[in-house]
Amino acid sequence: MTDKPLISIEALARRYPKRGGGETTVFEDLWLPIQKGEFVCLIGHSGCGKTTILNVLAGLDQPSSGSVIVDGREISGPSLDRAVIFQGHSLLPWMTVLGNIALAVSSRRPEWSRETVRAHCQRYVDLVHLSGSEHKKPAELSGGMKQRVGIARALAIEPKMLLMDEPFSALDALTRGSLQEEARRICRETGQTVFMITHDIDEAMLLADRIVLMTNGPQAKIAEIVENPLPRDRLAASMHRHADYYPLRNHLLEFLVTRSKSFASEIEGRPYDPRKPAVVRPRATAEDPLPAAASI
Amino acid sequence: MASSLSLRAGLLSVLIFAAFVGAWQWATLPGAGPGGGAVDPEYAALVSGAAAQGAKSAFPTPADVAATLWGHLKDPFYVRGANDQGVGIQLAYSLGRVLVGYLLAAAVAIPLGFLIGMSPLTYKALDPFIQILKPISPLAWMPLALYTIKDSGVSAIFVIFICSLWPMLINTAFGVASVRKEWLNVAATLEVGAFRKAFLVILPAAAPTIMTGMRISIGIAWLVIVAAEMLVGGTGIGYFVWNEWNNLSIGNIITAILLIGLVGMALDLALARAARLVAYRE
Repeated sequence: MTDKPLISIEALARRYPKRGGGETTVFEDLWLPIQKGEFVCLIGHSGCGKTTILNVLAGLDQPSSGSVIVDGREISGPSLDRAVIFQGHSLLPWMTVLGNIALAVSSRRPEWSRETVRAHCQRYVDLVHLSGSEHKKPAELSGGMKQRVGIARALAIEPKMLLMDEPFSALDALTRGSLQEEARRICRETGQTVFMITHDIDEAMLLADRIVLMTNGPQAKIAEIVENPLPRDRLAASMHRHADYYPLRNHLLEFLVTRSKSFASEIEGRPYDPRKPAVVRPRATAEDPLPAAASI
Repeated sequence: MASSLSLRAGLLSVLIFAAFVGAWQWATLPGAGPGGGAVDPEYAALVSGAAAQGAKSAFPTPADVAATLWGHLKDPFYVRGANDQGVGIQLAYSLGRVLVGYLLAAAVAIPLGFLIGMSPLTYKALDPFIQILKPISPLAWMPLALYTIKDSGVSAIFVIFICSLWPMLINTAFGVASVRKEWLNVAATLEVGAFRKAFLVILPAAAPTIMTGMRISIGIAWLVIVAAEMLVGGTGIGYFVWNEWNNLSIGNIITAILLIGLVGMALDLALARAARLVAYRE
């Protein structure tokens, strides 16, 4: 890993005023560096503040304290450097596929002529395999196609980083699988830095280089960071045959099912540095760090 | 199936119309209707002797009205002095007033509603004023308008302006204020400038709601113009109705009522057609 991360989440916290005085802390003292070209997934149950973290990264939400540093500068709001792929597809329904992408491109490159913008958009329409549907309205597209447009729109502005908020959760299983694979291919080919939120273990295993495990809220913490031991050229269809697949999957499942609730007692009496959560790499050959996971 | 349904509905419409005309014909037969009993001498002085005696009803038969209607439609644009102008000219006066008042109201309400909708502060601050001003009958403004403006024609336009204003203002503000958060988030993350955001995101998103307001407004304006012209007089279909009442020409009044309905329907259809242009499916 290089020394200087592209994105650095530093001491981030979010608190809400509680009814009848006091405050609820959703999460606090969250530290996470993300390197350029890395695909990072954040896994946690709903209510742990994942979407809030993503919205803060996107600049759509403000943290109660702490900051996010991108390229050495603290972010102050939304930026074209950080493209968001929303959970709902969030396409503008009165615009065509091309129109939706062109809105993004002409915001990024106001100096470009109409033809240049069009040609650029077309490249990304082709990239997500939507050629022929350029002039359709979102209502005429299937759920998977809409999300492809969302991906094309985000990629077309050539951002420094891609933020994905459970982008495939609203799709049926078959569409999800093929779209995940395509997203992985595109991100690898373009060397895109990605931060994605999910609660789908298989999605995280397929896509992410590092998987950040978050405990349940309130007072959610980063419990540990899991490095993906699977080969980089993994495919959804064959990755389950890899020896490291089940150790990794069991480790993640074990966390979501039990450890995400009981993590506070797990670290009791032990040193826990929120800046340096434990890094694990579940492998079949290595000694299993979690005996409980093996028995599942 | 659909065609047979509309066929049957059309047939039923014709039947209802025939029954209505039949009942009307029967009610205006000599000796029938309310004119049959004792005759008030003042009433007898107003209507013709024969009608007062019940020999012939003062209320025209369907055939009489059809003949009157045909007469008007044959020559809608004649001018024979200030009090005798073709019904087409009267309708044109009314339509002109409605359109001027309505367009002025749209020119004020849509930009103002846009600003109100964009700012939760002004939305809240102006709400009590709008809520109080909205239910006021536009005709209640008439004396104030006549006193201030001192011109009956302009006052009528002002009344149309004030009655068209509120539905457009409220719907525009509401439409702009309730643009989906995710679309605004898209605009924010794409750093779309304020001007482009207003015209490329907020306006198209709110357009169906704005069009609904415009459709309500044109309906109200057309309702109000008749009453306003009865008050200010001079020209217009409302004045025509009042004038024919003074002439006790019920055939002309019925003709005018029918034409008012037809024009109102045409205005509503035009706005509905326009609304379809800006509608979007999610």
